[in-house]
Amino acid sequence: MTPNLHLWLIPVLPLVGAAINGLFGKHFSRQTVAAIALGFSGAALVMALWIAALVSSFLPVVENLAPWIRAGDFQVDFAFYLDQLSLVMLLVVTGVGFLIHIYSVGYMWEEGGFYRFFAYLNLFMFFMLTLVLASNYLVMFIGWEGVGLASYLLIGFWFTKDSAASAGKKAFIVNRIGDFGFLIALFLMIKHFGSLNFVQVFRVVSGLPAEVASASLLTSIGLLLMVGAAGKSAQIPLYVWLPDAMEGPTPVSALIHAATMVTAGVYMVARSHAIFDRAPQALMVVAIIGTLTALFAATIGICQTDIKKVLAYSTISQLGYMFMACGVAAYSAGIFHLMTHAFFKGLLFLAAGSVIHAVGGEQDMRRMGGLRHHIPWTFWTMTAGTFAIAGFPPFAGFFSKDAILWRAYSSPYGSSVYWAIGVFTAFLTSFYMFRLWFLTFFGEYRGEAALSHGDEHSHAAKDSRAGAPAPHGHGSIHESPKIMLVPLVILAVLSVCGGWVGIERFDKFLSPTFHAGATAYSEEVAVATPAPQPKEQGSSEELFTGISVVAAALGLFLAWLLYYRRPQLPQEIAKALGGFYEAVVHKYYVDEIYAAVFVKPLIDGSTRVLWQGIDQGVIDATLDNSAEGAREVSDVVRHMQSGNLRSYAGWIAAGAAVLIAYMIWMGMR
Amino acid sequence: MVPLSYYLVLSGILFACGVTGFLIKRNIITIFMSIELMLNGVNLSFVAFAAQWHALSGQVFVFFVMVVAAAESAVGLAIIIAVYRTRGTLNVDQVDLLKL
Repeated sequence: MTPNLHLWLIPVLPLVGAAINGLFGKHFSRQTVAAIALGFSGAALVMALWIAALVSSFLPVVENLAPWIRAGDFQVDFAFYLDQLSLVMLLVVTGVGFLIHIYSVGYMWEEGGFYRFFAYLNLFMFFMLTLVLASNYLVMFIGWEGVGLASYLLIGFWFTKDSAASAGKKAFIVNRIGDFGFLIALFLMIKHFGSLNFVQVFRVVSGLPAEVASASLLTSIGLLLMVGAAGKSAQIPLYVWLPDAMEGPTPVSALIHAATMVTAGVYMVARSHAIFDRAPQALMVVAIIGTLTALFAATIGICQTDIKKVLAYSTISQLGYMFMACGVAAYSAGIFHLMTHAFFKGLLFLAAGSVIHAVGGEQDMRRMGGLRHHIPWTFWTMTAGTFAIAGFPPFAGFFSKDAILWRAYSSPYGSSVYWAIGVFTAFLTSFYMFRLWFLTFFGEYRGEAALSHGDEHSHAAKDSRAGAPAPHGHGSIHESPKIMLVPLVILAVLSVCGGWVGIERFDKFLSPTFHAGATAYSEEVAVATPAPQPKEQGSSEELFTGISVVAAALGLFLAWLLYYRRPQLPQEIAKALGGFYEAVVHKYYVDEIYAAVFVKPLIDGSTRVLWQGIDQGVIDATLDNSAEGAREVSDVVRHMQSGNLRSYAGWIAAGAAVLIAYMIWMGMR
Repeated sequence: MVPLSYYLVLSGILFACGVTGFLIKRNIITIFMSIELMLNGVNLSFVAFAAQWHALSGQVFVFFVMVVAAAESAVGLAIIIAVYRTRGTLNVDQVDLLKL
C-alpha cells in the first residue's frame, strides 16, 4: 500500500512562511525574513525530493483531505493527486523556486518592502504547488487564480510606479479573459460529466463512444481550456500582458513569468490530454496557436532593446514551442521543454538581473557592452543559458527543442509546416539571444555607470530600484554578491546537464500519465485509440537534428556578424526594411490595435452608457429624485407642525367643522 | 315644550363661543374658562337628548363630565398659579420655554 505522504504539507509550508512574513514581517530584521522565506520554501523542496525518492513505484497517489462541495451526485473534495507529471512539475517548481528565493535575498536586499516581497513569493509558491498537485479541476482553479493574484501583486511590487501598477492590472485583466474560458470549460464538464475530478472526468471522456467524442462537446471543452491556457501562458491572442509584466522585480520575472506560472497552461493542457486526445480539432488549434506564437514572439524579440523584454518575448516564443508539442500530442516533449526551459530561462532572467544589478539599474542593451571582463561569473552562466536556449548540443535546450521539432514532424498530428516554422523560429531564437549576448558582454561599454558615480543614475534608470542607495557602491560595475551567484551557477549546471536525461527516458517516465491513459481510465479505450505511431523512423531524425543545429549556428553567426563584427550594419538593414522594421519595433502595433478595438470602446461604452447613462442617469437619478421629492413635500407639510398649540386647536376645530358640515350635508340629502 | 333643536342650537353656540375664545384669547384663565364653556355646551346637548329620549345615560354622562371638569379645574388652576408665580405672567405667548 501507499504510505501516507502528507502531500498537503508541500503547498502549506510556503503558505505558513507567507503568513508569518506577511503578518509579522514588518517587525523582523531582513535576516529573519529571509530565513523564514528560505526555510519554508526549502522545506517544501526537501519534502518534494523526499517524496520523489520514495514514491516512484506507488504512483499515482491520491490524497483526500476534506470534502468541499457536496450537492447530490456532484462532489468536489480538497484532494491532491501525484503522478509522474505532477511530480516533474513539483520538482521544477520547488527546485527552481527555491533557487530564485535564494537569489532574491541578494537582489532585493536594499529594497523597501523586503518582507512584503518574500511573503508574496511564498504565497506564489503555495498557489503554484496547489495548482500542480490538485486532483480535480476546481482545486486546480484555486491555484490557477492564486498564482494570478501573486503575479499581480509582484508585478505591481513597486506600486508607486504608475507603469508597474498598470502592468499588474493589465496582467490580471488579460488573465481574466482566459480564466473565463477555463470556467466555462469547467461548467461544461460538470454538466456533461458530473464531476471535476481528473480521474473521473478522463474515465468518462475515454469511455465516450467515438461518435459522441468527435462531436462538438470535447472540442469546445478543449478550445475553452486552451483559452484559459492562452491567458495564463501568454499565447496569441492573450500574450500582451507578459512583456509588460517585466515591470516587476527581476527574480519575479524569472520565477513567475518564465519558469513556473506561465507554464501552468502547458501543464493544464498536458494534464487534460485525455480530452485533447479525443478532440483532434482542438488539438490542431493548440498546435497552430503554439506555432504562430513561437514565430510571432521571436520576431518581436529581435528588435527589443530592453534586456528583460527580449527575454520576455523569448519566453512567449518558447511557450509557443511547448504548445506546439502539446498540439501534436507530444505531451512529454512539451513537459520536457517546460523543464529545461525552467532551468535556462530562469537562469537567463537571473543573469539579466545580475547584469542590471551590475550596471546600476540600466536595462537598455544599447547602453551596455563589454561587460564580460567586469562580471565574469554572470557572463559565463549567461553564456550557458544562451547556448542552451539557442539549442546547441550538449546543452539542455538542444534535447528538448529537438524532441519537439522531431515530434512536430513525425507525430500523426504533426506536419512539416509546424516543423519548418519551428526550425525558422529556432534560428530566430538563436539570433536574438546571441544579439543580446553580444550587445551585453562584447564590444565597448556604452553606458555611464562606471564613469559618473551612479546613485543618481540608478534612480533615473528604468528599473527605478526604489530603495536606499546601495551601500556597496553602485557607482562602478561590480559583480553580484555570492548569494546571487550560487543559484546562477546551479542553474547553469542544470542548463548544461538538464537535457542529458534524454527524451526517450523522459517519455518512458511520463508514459504512465500519457500513454497508459487507456489502462488508467478505461479498458475499452485501448482498442478505440491506438497509441500514436511515428510516421517514419531512423536516419531522418538525425538529419532533422542536424538541420536545427545548423539553424542555431546560423543565428549565432548572423548575430556575430551584425552585432560584433559590423555593429553599424543593423541600422542600415533597419533603414532598408523601413516600414516593416518600424512595425516590428512597435511589436506589430498589437497593443495599439487592442487598445483601439477592445479597450477604448469598452472604456467609452462604460463611461457614456454604463456610468453616465445608467449609473448616473437611472440609478443615482431615481434615488436623488425620490429623496428630493420627499424633501420638497415635507418642506410644505412641515409648516403645519409649528409647535403652536393654538394653531393645532384651530386645525382640530376646522376639522370638526368640516366633519359636521359633511354630516349635515349627508343628512340633508 | 321647547323643541330639541333650540337646545342644540344653543349648545352649538356655546361650544362655538368656547372654541373661539380658546383660539383667540391670550390669557390662560380666559382659555381655561373657554374650555369649561365647551364642556358645558356639550353637557347641554347631552341633557337635552336625555330629556327628549327619556334615556338616563345622557344625564349620567353629564355627571361624569362635571366630575372630570371639577378635577381638571382643581389641577388646572393650581398649574396656572404655579405658572404665574414662576413666570410673572399669564400670557400664553410668553410661556414658551418648550418651543424651539
